[in-house]
Amino acid sequence: MTEVRPEEILIASIAGMLDGLRHVAVGASSPVPGAAALLSRARSGGGLRVSVLGSQAHNFFTDGGKELFDCAGQGRIDAFFLSGAQIDGQANINLVSIGDPDRPKARFPGSFGSAYLYYVVPRAILFRMEHTVRTLVDTVDFVSAPGISEANVYRPGGPYKMITDRCLFTFDKARARFTLESVHPGHTVDEIAENTGFAYDLPDTVPTTPVPDAATLALIRGPVAEQIAEVYPAFADRVFGTARAA
Amino acid sequence: MTDLLASVEALAARIPDGAKVSIAPDYSFCANALWRAVIRKGVKDLHLIGVPVFGYAGDLLIGAGCVATVETSAVTLGENGLAPRFTAAVKERRIRVLDATCPAIHAGLQAAERGAPFSVMRGLIGSDILARRPDWRVIDNPFGDNDPVAAIPALRPDFAVFHAPKGDRYGNVWIGVRRECMLMSHAARDSLVTVEEVVDGDLTADPLTAPGTIPGLYVTAMAEAAQGAWPQALPGRYEADQAHLARYAEMARTEDGFARYLSETVIGREAAE
Repeated sequence: MTEVRPEEILIASIAGMLDGLRHVAVGASSPVPGAAALLSRARSGGGLRVSVLGSQAHNFFTDGGKELFDCAGQGRIDAFFLSGAQIDGQANINLVSIGDPDRPKARFPGSFGSAYLYYVVPRAILFRMEHTVRTLVDTVDFVSAPGISEANVYRPGGPYKMITDRCLFTFDKARARFTLESVHPGHTVDEIAENTGFAYDLPDTVPTTPVPDAATLALIRGPVAEQIAEVYPAFADRVFGTARAA
Repeated sequence: MTDLLASVEALAARIPDGAKVSIAPDYSFCANALWRAVIRKGVKDLHLIGVPVFGYAGDLLIGAGCVATVETSAVTLGENGLAPRFTAAVKERRIRVLDATCPAIHAGLQAAERGAPFSVMRGLIGSDILARRPDWRVIDNPFGDNDPVAAIPALRPDFAVFHAPKGDRYGNVWIGVRRECMLMSHAARDSLVTVEEVVDGDLTADPLTAPGTIPGLYVTAMAEAAQGAWPQALPGRYEADQAHLARYAEMARTEDGFARYLSETVIGREAAE
């Protein structure tokens, strides 16, 4: 067997957060979460529904672009994935710009559905594949969606965990604070401290994120790689070497 | 009666400078042949509404100088990354951006389609999106107890523009499950639609096609455009031209590269479409 790739560790780790759920939706620009959702579905024995935005084969919605959001608003989506150009220590996410939004130093695509889904989906899972002090900051420059809300704001959902290319954090909504949960193989607790721009809780012992077992890897490299290639052909080719079937 | 026009150029002639136009995301039904005609015509100051986001077509229109305002939840080229002409235009302050979030765009269009003044929605409160949209409000849920909700005014574009797999001679347009095109049509004053093919018969008469069909009532004008979504996919018909889209993303990173792209792909392509 070839060496386990970092993306495969992340895919398996995220899939573990989804096992037992009923319906997971995957949004734009989310190849690793998409693969994780498809992996969890593959081992759910038919129990998990997955809808991948932009997919023909793995998207059962029939009522247009609004259905995902209506479905989430009713509580029919258990988990969703969000990222940010910046994410801060209170789990605020910024998908818009750096600096003054009217005179931005950098401009990103925009907030997508985050300013809604972050409030209503119970397990909003944050992912950021570049873990640096530039991306994980003390305070975001623009709040696309806040990590926490005032007590009178309807908010059944919110941040659950955050996974990066270096580690996994868990989020405590009551304290509005991240805790380091595990560090991926090849990375260290000290390295996380150096590369994180916000304060977080650090337990006495921090485990290593588990490496997927052989059966899990076979699923990821087989059906999951093929399925995710429909929507993310460049990602699937880079990570799994799938040349997309015409 | 729906006007059945002979060319995409004739359809593009219906879009005046300054029009407020709703457009579909890259994974839906993009009217790219029509947008190329709009660029050739030299339309200015469009207000583009992404339903709920847009990609390649909008970036092309921005780069070609056709756009003054964008109202959208995002602008993205998917796996090809940031939309380079959008990004450059924002940084150089050549376009105004009204940032939204997907269900707020849908909420505004849904208010428009039912002729209501506004819709309410969850979410948004505490975001800088809401803080920077003085046209949106937070109101107290009249049926609740200390329950703030966001109110989004009706969003009524002048035109809904998209490309569909087929239409008939009555102006009915089949969109299948891509029902954001239905919402776009209902909400807009006029719908300008290109179709892959004009078919015989009545799409609303067959119970298999009727549920996915926009009645001609909403369709102001239609033109046939084979391969009209290219280089984007037309789901169910043909796939995206990934190599072309990757090349666009690369060329559009510079003004010069974008100008070369326009001259190769848009200007002078009239005969081909």
